[in-house]
Amino acid sequence: MESGSVVSLVSSWLKPGRHLFILVDLIGVTSFAYIAWRRLVPLVRAQADPRLDRPVARLGNVAKFWFGQWKHPRYRGAGILHILIFAGFILLVIRSFSTLLVGAFYSLSAPPGEFARVYNTITDYAATVVFTCMLVAIVRRLVFRPARYAVPTRYGKAHTADAIFLLALIAVLMAAEGLFSAAAAAGQFKVGEAGEQLAFLSLPWLLQIPLASASLATIGKFCFGAYLVHETTFYLLLCYRPFGIQFHVETSLFNVYFAKLNRGTVKPVRWDVPDSALDQVKTFGVKTFEDFTWKHMLDFYSCADCGRCSDSCPANAVGRPLSPRFLSIKARDYAFQHYPVLGRSTNHQALVGSVYSDDEIWSCTTCGACEEECPLLIENIDKIVDLRRGMIDDGNVPQSLQKPLKALESRGNPYGKMEKKRADWATNKEFQRVCPVKTLAKNTANTLYFVDSMTSYDDRMQSIARSTARILANIGDDFGILGGAERDSGHEVRRFGEETLFTALRDHNTDAIKASGVKKIVTADPHAFNALRHDYKDVPPVEHISQVIARTSAAGLIRFNAVERPDQIYTYHDPCYLGRHNDVYDDPRNVLDAIPGLKRVEMQRSRDRSFCCGGGGLMLFYEPKEEQRMGVTRVEMAAEAGADVIVTACPFCMVNLEDAIKVAGLEGKMTAIDLAELVDRQMVRHDSTSTATSYVGG
Amino acid sequence: MEILVCAKRVPDTSENEITLNRAGSDIEREELVYSVNEADNYAVEEALQIVAKVGGNVSVVTVGDEEDEEILRREMAMGASHGILLSDPEFQMSDGRGIAAILKAFVTQGKYDLILTGVQAEDGAAQIGGMLAAMLDYPFASLVNSIEVLDNYKLKIGREIEGGNREISEIDLPCVLSIQTGINEPRYVGMRGIRAVASVPIPTLGASDLGVDPNTVGEAGARVKRVDYFVPALGKGAEMLAGSREENIDRVLELIAAKGGLK
Repeated sequence: MESGSVVSLVSSWLKPGRHLFILVDLIGVTSFAYIAWRRLVPLVRAQADPRLDRPVARLGNVAKFWFGQWKHPRYRGAGILHILIFAGFILLVIRSFSTLLVGAFYSLSAPPGEFARVYNTITDYAATVVFTCMLVAIVRRLVFRPARYAVPTRYGKAHTADAIFLLALIAVLMAAEGLFSAAAAAGQFKVGEAGEQLAFLSLPWLLQIPLASASLATIGKFCFGAYLVHETTFYLLLCYRPFGIQFHVETSLFNVYFAKLNRGTVKPVRWDVPDSALDQVKTFGVKTFEDFTWKHMLDFYSCADCGRCSDSCPANAVGRPLSPRFLSIKARDYAFQHYPVLGRSTNHQALVGSVYSDDEIWSCTTCGACEEECPLLIENIDKIVDLRRGMIDDGNVPQSLQKPLKALESRGNPYGKMEKKRADWATNKEFQRVCPVKTLAKNTANTLYFVDSMTSYDDRMQSIARSTARILANIGDDFGILGGAERDSGHEVRRFGEETLFTALRDHNTDAIKASGVKKIVTADPHAFNALRHDYKDVPPVEHISQVIARTSAAGLIRFNAVERPDQIYTYHDPCYLGRHNDVYDDPRNVLDAIPGLKRVEMQRSRDRSFCCGGGGLMLFYEPKEEQRMGVTRVEMAAEAGADVIVTACPFCMVNLEDAIKVAGLEGKMTAIDLAELVDRQMVRHDSTSTATSYVGG
Repeated sequence: MEILVCAKRVPDTSENEITLNRAGSDIEREELVYSVNEADNYAVEEALQIVAKVGGNVSVVTVGDEEDEEILRREMAMGASHGILLSDPEFQMSDGRGIAAILKAFVTQGKYDLILTGVQAEDGAAQIGGMLAAMLDYPFASLVNSIEVLDNYKLKIGREIEGGNREISEIDLPCVLSIQTGINEPRYVGMRGIRAVASVPIPTLGASDLGVDPNTVGEAGARVKRVDYFVPALGKGAEMLAGSREENIDRVLELIAAKGGLK
């Protein structure tokens, strides 16, 4: 067979180097195995993190996020480039390995069958595409320099050189592999055999043209040289990747498979210690690197330094000292430095105060924008919460947060207000006459309206409570509140790392909810919604008021009057804990679209790309270092979209956006309103709540 | 260095709505929440920072009853190694001099290099520190907002002077200092920390343990007696500035300057 002689031709060229090739193979494989083992050392010392459950869901993630590259098109240019490179790598895997084996065991290079011919053509093109992508990527890094790759000076030196070196190595790998194929084909042609066709205009095809005029001996030297370059580059890449941003090539599959499955939840203090035994645990949270779980360390290794997280991070956008990208990069640098490939491991150094600053860790609003964007499904919120747990445990808490935490402990709300005043918004005589609200335990009801602290105590937000109550009354729901027996849901308490206090609040509320005998829970506060849904156990199912409104208006239980001001343009701001953490995007929009005459526009950053208002709960007490409030950036986005009214569905969004409208100087031009307030204003009232004295607002 | 901090449990002003009782003799205490007096908490933090640097122990003492144990536990959760409750029915209704006499009796039973009090109790009169020092014949400094330990059994202390000035002094040990808030940033104590010290026994000492003559303390020994307590009627409302933003800013600056807030 003609191909047989090609093999023997290539073999005869490579034969003199056989021992060298085997030596390179041995050095390469051994080095990589050693490096990989050294990289595993901290993971073995890390905290437990069980991730072997639900294999079907995990394989689904692999299919979607790893193989399917699901997140990549969100950044179109870089995303398409990455998809091409990834597809090229996947296609080239077999070819790369078979080429590697040829040098050592040339007898293995069997004559290509029909399948192999097709495969070779495809991979000729794949290598060409990858090679071209590398050139494009290098030009992008050098000339266009997307802002998100920049490294602020406080985080160290730019990573450009490292990135370009790695890109160049891949380009060399592709070129060498192309030259090897080209030489083989050129030699074949030279000895007068109609052999394998190189794919038209592919890299090997192009390289074959200049070789065609060379002597057979020269071609042989090129073949040998290309092979050696290919082999050494391959191992160089393999062994260099675990030192930098391309380690994800090896780790991404595992990182995606073991990714967190339950969004909206917070990891327990210790996976291997039940809540009841936590008092025996010596320290809480992450204080040293070894306090991270092995998966969180794998996250650090897997970060590709693409900068999407920080590009979407609202804290980073307003100049707070937090960049989620560097949360990973700094930890990885720490790991590489303290768990070196050569030399002894040094460990157990405090992270906060050296690697991370206090303000950096408190700056996060846990909005989840970074996690939503990460192509590798890296988790940040759980790490932030774990670091905060460590700081709380050490007593290292800003003074501005100590007062509200103490008040939550003694009064069950961060404002230090009396428990018995929690239901004042409802017990107001005038409101009671219009819309009587039952206090449960004394009375019974089907539905519990869980109000939570902000809406209960804040004069302005009490209007949301009254609107919610009127909506529930209007749809004929038999509902009540816990009143003085309600405590703060503890949602932010937990996310600020005060797990013990959270547990106390949760247990108190759980008992009160169970004692009330309700069948379901409704809340207008997405933070309470998320807490009751994900942080509490054994409580009745919970719905956010926007879901209730969407459901009942679709069923005809709520009808709307024509919008009061048809000239105004509305936009909807997605609260993080309703949207990103719980996927409630459409219900509030459907409600708005059901109001006759209401004109609605979308902000550029909407739905899962929503931009956090500045955070809720304890975050309102924290005094961050920032250039501008997040809320101000957000109302500017609304103005840019051409909106006059921002509708949201969260009391914290409300307070932040209303303040921001004033700060941005948009007072009189823009207003913010809660979805419940808008629905209350627009709904056709049934008898019980229809009244001339429309008691709206505080 | 052995440091003793005198602390007091007070109604937390930020978490209570203080109202008078019907008799008008005291505040309504039914639904109050209490916490450690803020300045005392700063004193404990300062003591902890000193022993972290030079070694030693921090003890916290309070005069009161069983309920006051809660603040001792909170301060122990912060890091104090001992908490001592001075409690006796005879101590009730003591005036400032009586409290100082009880504390003096306790101090002389031990050996303390440094005694700290808060600058004043939120419901108190800023008198214990000075009286205690006088009774012990120790040097005293008030309104202290920085402490540095010197080698020759002395301290270098900073004091806040009205008008924002500072004074630095050297003071011999043993001494009594009253600590101003803002001297440090007290660490956070959560429920977990308090639970960890929940079962540590707290010794309770009475009049006989301390060798205090009951006639010199409590109601019998009090030479200051409260005769009235009330919430003053609210004064006139705030002055509302009506003008353009620039005018208002100028006016605000003027007003602040007139009150001595700007230089």
